Amino acid sequence: MRSDSRLERVLRAGHFAITAELLSPDSADPQAVVDHASVLGDSCDAINATDASGASVHMSNVAVAALLRQAGYDAVVQMACRDRNRIAMQGDLLGAAALGVQNVLCLTGDGVGTGDHPESKPVFDMDSITLLRTARILRDKGHFLSGRTIDSPPKLFLGGASNPFAPPYDFRPLRLKKKIEAGADFIQTQYCFDVPRLRTFMERVRDMGLDKRVFILVGVGPLRSARAALWMRENVPGVVIPDRLVRRLTDAGKRSQTEGKRICVEIIEEIKEIPGVAGIHMMAYRQEHLVPEILDEVGLLPRPQVGDDMPEPISDPVQTAIS
Amino acid sequence: MSLRLLQNRPRVLEIAYVATLGALGPFRRWLKPGSAMESLFASGERITKGVMFDCQMCGDCVLHSTGMTCPMTCPKNLRNGPCGGVRQNGNCEIIPDMPCVWLMAWERSKKMPAFGDGIQTVLTPVDRRLEGTSAWINDLHPDIKKQPVGWAE
Repeated sequence: MRSDSRLERVLRAGHFAITAELLSPDSADPQAVVDHASVLGDSCDAINATDASGASVHMSNVAVAALLRQAGYDAVVQMACRDRNRIAMQGDLLGAAALGVQNVLCLTGDGVGTGDHPESKPVFDMDSITLLRTARILRDKGHFLSGRTIDSPPKLFLGGASNPFAPPYDFRPLRLKKKIEAGADFIQTQYCFDVPRLRTFMERVRDMGLDKRVFILVGVGPLRSARAALWMRENVPGVVIPDRLVRRLTDAGKRSQTEGKRICVEIIEEIKEIPGVAGIHMMAYRQEHLVPEILDEVGLLPRPQVGDDMPEPISDPVQTAIS
Repeated sequence: MSLRLLQNRPRVLEIAYVATLGALGPFRRWLKPGSAMESLFASGERITKGVMFDCQMCGDCVLHSTGMTCPMTCPKNLRNGPCGGVRQNGNCEIIPDMPCVWLMAWERSKKMPAFGDGIQTVLTPVDRRLEGTSAWINDLHPDIKKQPVGWAE
């Protein structure tokens, strides 16, 4: 065990795991996080707290993840290299762990141009792979990149991202291997709308034996309409949606949301059968209410109980630390 | 920009890289970081590597590990491979008209018998203090071109 996170225990017990992405609020009210989380909480094993997703400002990643832990959910804190240098990021890794967060997803991050502050300075002091290695050094070696000792190293389950759907396709499995060698324990992929492409990728991954070395969770989510699909394809870097699906949504007309949900169910059913896939990562932007329905339809609810050693929800980390 | 086309001959560049390092080796004593020779070398590199690779003078040259394609020309300064934002036409997420640097790096690395596999190893984060200095001279002095103290495993 790298950490004691629920996500890690579910995966190591051999269950098909589910993570879900939370819409980080544009608010300083902690209740906003709890409200959003309550929709997803019972349907997944851990909730991802994004890091200024789409390069737009939202409540900070570590704060959202800590609030999720306080509310009794397992959290995956996403950390992107776009906005912070190695000094800040190592501090955040300690801070997140201190607040009870046990899973980290190490990302490079989109460029600042896609967000609401395109005029800001992109940092990119590290990349996702050097960040992964850094996090592993903190955890396993118990020191910072500077070599300075950490009194109490963070116990973290480390994740990286993968996009099997972006060129160069033949390099993608090798990049995954690099992430494993840098320290990845689990992988969450970009949205999968092209199952044949995923199959080809997974075939190569299995040939290289990588599925035995890392838990792979495939990204999925419902499309609301043909318009939303086209917008995503144009504006969200790395998302590939085949024309065939756009056509299905167009043909569905007013019932496109139902059709989007059906497509999502079909894709999950297919993904479940691919050897080497350890779970799914739900990204249902502004359609979070559909997540429980979709997961119920594909027979993934209720979520398994993993032992009776569930960590107590952290009611107030500061108080817990003092007492 | 005919010199830029040399990049499509990564095998030749690979040989040139080994030859350059070998030729400079014996002069290591005189080629010290911070010396007058260093600023001369830095200017030379700025011009030659600038023309050939669009060199950004990071001072920590890894061209031989990245398919003779400068990773610092990637808008995210990625040193370890392409991000997930590469467009379906192979262009950059941030600069839509620019082919992804890493796509070229990967294709070229396949043509490099000696260092081609370098693209598969995890590279260290860049030492930002080396920016503007001579990478050739830094290469001759392992004590200068060092990875973060805590990086070794």
